Amino acid sequence: MIGTQLIDEYARAISDEKQAAVIDGSSKGTEHRYHVLHKDYQDPDALRKLAASIKDHTLHHLGDYLAKAEQALVARGAKVHFAATGEDARQTILSILQSHGVTRLTKSKSMAAEEIHLNPFLIENGVECLESDLGEFIIQLDNDEPSHIVKPIIHKNRREIARTFLREGIAADYNDDPETITRRARVHLRAKYMEAQAGITGANFVCADTGRLTLVTNEGNSRFGMAPVPVHIALVGIEKIIPREQDLAVFLNLLGRSATGQQLTVYTEFIHGPRSANQPDGPEHMHVVFMDNGRTDVLASNCKEILRCIRCGACQNVCPVYRQASGHAYRSTYGGPVGAVLSPLLFGDRFPELADLPKASSLCGACNEVCPVDIPIPDLLLRLRDKAHHAHIHSPAAIPMSPFGTLATSPSLWRTAMTMSKAMNHLPIQVAPIKPLQDWLGQRTLPESHGGDFRKWYKSRRKT
Amino acid sequence: MANPTARPLGKRVLLMGTCLCDAFYDDVARATVEVLEHLGLSVDFPENQTCCSQPAFNSGDWTASRKVARHCAEVFAGELPVIVPSGSCAAMNRHGNLLQFEENPEPAIDSLASRTWEVIDFIVNGLGIKTWPGKFETPTRLAFHRSCHSRGTGTGDAVLTLLSSIENAEIIPFGQAEQCCGFGGTFCVTFPHISGRMGTLKLDHILDIHPDLLVGIDMSCLMHLNGLAQSQGRQIPQLHAIQVLRNTLKTP
Repeated sequence: MIGTQLIDEYARAISDEKQAAVIDGSSKGTEHRYHVLHKDYQDPDALRKLAASIKDHTLHHLGDYLAKAEQALVARGAKVHFAATGEDARQTILSILQSHGVTRLTKSKSMAAEEIHLNPFLIENGVECLESDLGEFIIQLDNDEPSHIVKPIIHKNRREIARTFLREGIAADYNDDPETITRRARVHLRAKYMEAQAGITGANFVCADTGRLTLVTNEGNSRFGMAPVPVHIALVGIEKIIPREQDLAVFLNLLGRSATGQQLTVYTEFIHGPRSANQPDGPEHMHVVFMDNGRTDVLASNCKEILRCIRCGACQNVCPVYRQASGHAYRSTYGGPVGAVLSPLLFGDRFPELADLPKASSLCGACNEVCPVDIPIPDLLLRLRDKAHHAHIHSPAAIPMSPFGTLATSPSLWRTAMTMSKAMNHLPIQVAPIKPLQDWLGQRTLPESHGGDFRKWYKSRRKT
Repeated sequence: MANPTARPLGKRVLLMGTCLCDAFYDDVARATVEVLEHLGLSVDFPENQTCCSQPAFNSGDWTASRKVARHCAEVFAGELPVIVPSGSCAAMNRHGNLLQFEENPEPAIDSLASRTWEVIDFIVNGLGIKTWPGKFETPTRLAFHRSCHSRGTGTGDAVLTLLSSIENAEIIPFGQAEQCCGFGGTFCVTFPHISGRMGTLKLDHILDIHPDLLVGIDMSCLMHLNGLAQSQGRQIPQLHAIQVLRNTLKTP
């Protein structure tokens, strides 16, 4: 019995409003992003390949570079922690907060934190934890999940956000003007920054040679979050290491352009340890938590190229399946093409449950074409399909392929089948109980069979 | 991907007709023979050929697909160039096969990869033909759908080069050309809703420029788009690029 793919079902059931928001948010700016990359670089492909090779080199020597980064960070006065699992990371962060007596903090955007559901965990443990990225703040108010790596609220329109602000008392009246919404959020958040006792951030890059953390934002919220607090905690996936500061030139140029079509994001922060004696402000305590949480398993798999990812969201924006289904359809922190590879691997115990994600692709390759680190996503999706097949995990809508294998290796059987397929022209195929055929005919006509006609023509002219 | 510059040329070639042409689009395979012969080549069609193995490969059943790929490599064994009127089957031979045999490479598979050409790529980048002595009787607006499996290959530009040199032909760009049409092999029936939406969007963009003819390089995309268009009552004539080359040839 052939069933239905969950992601297709999700796309069918999604509200028109949500789908319009996702399609608009992801397709808008595609040409601009492409133009910016090609305007500034004669051969962006060479840059993408360079970025890929730097990442591959780092991942190949990850243990060495992590040790180097740790050494450099410690030398600058930061405390470094290693967390093998998400639970380790959560507990490490909680105990750091407790040791500093922190009960209120602000947090800037971090996919690593999303991945381990840090926010709800801290709130459950009595720490007031406020998202300071505008999109994540709205997600938090709505008790929703982000659906895009860079634009977490891509699935919402401004009317929905205006209603939320009114409901939550952040606005005194309904106003869906984007500027007004942003101003109201700013007023609300500014007060919260001043009450906070710690700031949590992620990191886009950590340079192994100096231990310097690089953070990019367009709102400056991570700067605000760190300025008034004594404690800074950075939660960093171990794949965020790059060897040298000079490598940032490659990655920062690619990240902004690929993510939003900006040559550089509005804010690029370089954090080099806690406040030193000659600095007037900034946190006195800096903790860096390097988190594995399945990454070494990915590194050991045949899909390790996915760890090159710098979380720009370009593959999500360009993916036709993502556009139709939204990030939520992928049922995990990472949606779209990157998520279809990363989620089943990173959350290894959920592989059987998420094994359908790699199938949700026409293998069109648009994701690879825009990827700033040249991840061969379609190849990785195919390897994961093979892996699922080997593990005997059959997705509901799979079409058995062994009959095809037999037919396509028996030339005479094949030729007979081709000739016989002409019978379809005269049979009532609209009622044939073959699900794939009906799924085709549900929306499309079938061309007339000309089975074997070319062979006949080719043979006949040889004789003459 | 095998090195694109190191493929064999020569006066004799093998035609890989594709399963879709075998079943539905005999005229595309025929046009391929006619155009290549017009260019002075002799074309052999090994009759034991079936399919490139892509349906099983994309479904994740690599046990089945490797079997079919081995059969295919055996049918096309030798040193002659293998010419195929499909960017997708060409990509399977040149790239997909290397992936499914990456752990245990086989010389016959590598050999097939290193000899396969998508037909228009072959004509332009292999034979070095940059203009086509063809003519439409009246000014004709063409929409060219660059099929996804030709991304990063010479095919897309090769088609544009030849089509734009045909008398009375005008290629009109349409919106979101980088987007997939939604065919994707078994994807189109396992994800029927998303596939249908993708195809409808593609048709919207194409019909927006009011073309006289939709030109493709993969009958799979065209079969899907044509099937959708017919069901939606908004038909548009469509041809494979090789059919356009043959049909417009000026008779001396």
